[in-house]
Amino acid sequence: MSHLTRAPRIVLAKVGLDGHDRGVKVVARGLRDAGCHVIYAGLWQQPEAVVQTVGDEDADWLGISILSGAHMTLVPRIMELLEAAGLEHVQVLLGGIIPDDDVPKLQELGVARVFGPGTSIPEIAKFVGAVGEPSDD
Amino acid sequence: MSDTNGTSAYERWRQAVDAAPPPKFPPTTISGRTIEPLYWDEQNPGEFPGQFPYTRGVHATMHRGRLWTMRQFAGFGSAQQTNERFRFLVEKGQTGLSTAFDLPTLMGLDSDDPRCLGEVGRLGVAVDTLDDMQRLFRDIDLNDISVSMTINAPAIIIMAFYLAAAEDAGFDWKNLRGTIQADILKEFHAQNEIVFPPEPSVKLVIDLIEFCTHHVPQWNTVSVSGYHIREAGATAAQELAFTLADGFHYIDKTLERGLDVDDFAPRLSFFFNAHNDFFEEIAKYRAARSLWAETLRDKYGAKNEASWKLRFHAQTAGCSLQDKQPEVNLMRVAYQAMAAVLGGCQSLHTNSMDEVLALPSEHAVTLALRTQQVLAYETGITNTVDPLGGSYFVEQSTEEMRTAAQDYFRRIEELGGMMTAIDQGFFRNEIANAAFAQQQELDVGHKIIVGVHRFVEEEHKPLDILEVDPEVEQEQIASLRQIKESRGQDEWLRSIDDVRRAAENNENLLPSLIAAARARATVGELMDAMAEVFDRHTAAVV
Repeated sequence: MSHLTRAPRIVLAKVGLDGHDRGVKVVARGLRDAGCHVIYAGLWQQPEAVVQTVGDEDADWLGISILSGAHMTLVPRIMELLEAAGLEHVQVLLGGIIPDDDVPKLQELGVARVFGPGTSIPEIAKFVGAVGEPSDD
Repeated sequence: MSDTNGTSAYERWRQAVDAAPPPKFPPTTISGRTIEPLYWDEQNPGEFPGQFPYTRGVHATMHRGRLWTMRQFAGFGSAQQTNERFRFLVEKGQTGLSTAFDLPTLMGLDSDDPRCLGEVGRLGVAVDTLDDMQRLFRDIDLNDISVSMTINAPAIIIMAFYLAAAEDAGFDWKNLRGTIQADILKEFHAQNEIVFPPEPSVKLVIDLIEFCTHHVPQWNTVSVSGYHIREAGATAAQELAFTLADGFHYIDKTLERGLDVDDFAPRLSFFFNAHNDFFEEIAKYRAARSLWAETLRDKYGAKNEASWKLRFHAQTAGCSLQDKQPEVNLMRVAYQAMAAVLGGCQSLHTNSMDEVLALPSEHAVTLALRTQQVLAYETGITNTVDPLGGSYFVEQSTEEMRTAAQDYFRRIEELGGMMTAIDQGFFRNEIANAAFAQQQELDVGHKIIVGVHRFVEEEHKPLDILEVDPEVEQEQIASLRQIKESRGQDEWLRSIDDVRRAAENNENLLPSLIAAARARATVGELMDAMAEVFDRHTAAVV
């Protein structure tokens, strides 16, 4: 299969110290059911480790979950590291507790979309171009 | 129902009511109608409040005799800033303090650890050393106010800091009242603030129970918590069952130390969620009380009534808050709080409407506290005990919650008990499945959230939110460095060695931790010393 038609490959990670993983786990399962290839990197990920995983997994998307308020420190660091690793084609999604005022700043840094509370799985699946069938890979 | 003296349940209840302080306000409605302390079916009286198994409440007069404690969780930035917020809350009429620590402290890391970048002082107060603890409670009368501290993996260190700070400020440990959460089991099930593996993690909890039983007798040693289990997506029945199962596990482990159940069980308290489904929540609290009472009396042989009584703090459901039309959260919180009060809570935190966006602003936190005050002083729901008792719906729901919890107790036992169930990921899987099912209900439109799925407004009016000063991180790190340089090196090193040795010898760690606090050992250093003996929890947390 060509690169264009393969199932979207998405790395999901909790960055920083917060352990609120309900949302990211629900998203992981929902996107898997919607046909994405999901790699959940787990809790307490350092920016360096996340970017390493994105490269190793040849991901198209990186979904970061932060509910601790540390996003304005951690996300810029991840964007820098992605660029330094030559992974600027990877689209970055952010989920969690993100104040409105920070959203344009994050988008300016290159974040493709910020998903707040109340987001549905189909909304995210559509955004990453999932085809809607569970993925075999 | 008569006891051995031939006194009926009613007579015993009446005696307790007569002995209790009279209602603070005339128990009449707005229209002047008198409200009795209790209503019941005279043909079939059933149980009375303040009597085993306490379905109708742990006290004979409940909130008519004494209101619940209004306790708002607070903490951000430096110890000094949080101390200012505490004094603000006390001034506004709050009757108990509740301390939120920042994530580095909750994970047992020092503020200067590179893993803490961007997290210092953000979600709570940063505490690295005894000096921070002293600043946190400066000019607060610890004899007068009860203090709750929400911390788990490093709970024993924070308790050591608190005891040292209180004693140094001239307070007698015997007078200290408060609660430390110290419930590590729910971290393994749900919240993930985990440092050591399950067995030594539980050992530290039991050390706290044992030490406080002997030396800090009014302190609530563990706040066995369903709140976070529920926030992680559990059902009400799972929250109920897993929380009580955790409580039973702490009892089993403390009994192994040779303590008598009646010496420590009265100081175990509970912390439950107050979620949206009004009647289910009330049924959950009622079921929790009777399940706990029956197990304590019949399985553990507790003879002291205080051991049978399940006392709980409630907090409204953070996960129910929405960022769309955030003022609507005020109404969600009010109904949730009402369920907690009707369910017989002993203390309550009402979430602020902006907590889905950031830490609460002073305006939002004042409204949240006012919500409780309206319930207490205006609605009249405190005038009679358990006003929903006897409702067909509430009674049957209570019974269904009990049965569902008992099924879970059986399943946990069949798996081989608490530790095996944790190792097998039983709790995490059950909760994740429930969380996913709830999301699906929303996604297919079977459940509706107002302002999100229906009644949507295009215009988005942002709230003014609290911004934590980013300077706090640098200031905290500078203060920590200064303490590290100025402390007596020999005494500091020796104190850490003592902690390590106590851990190796399987001794109670509190005495050596209190000494280490005074030698200015940091939270992170003490966690490292313990980890050398206990190891770190490395199981995949996915």
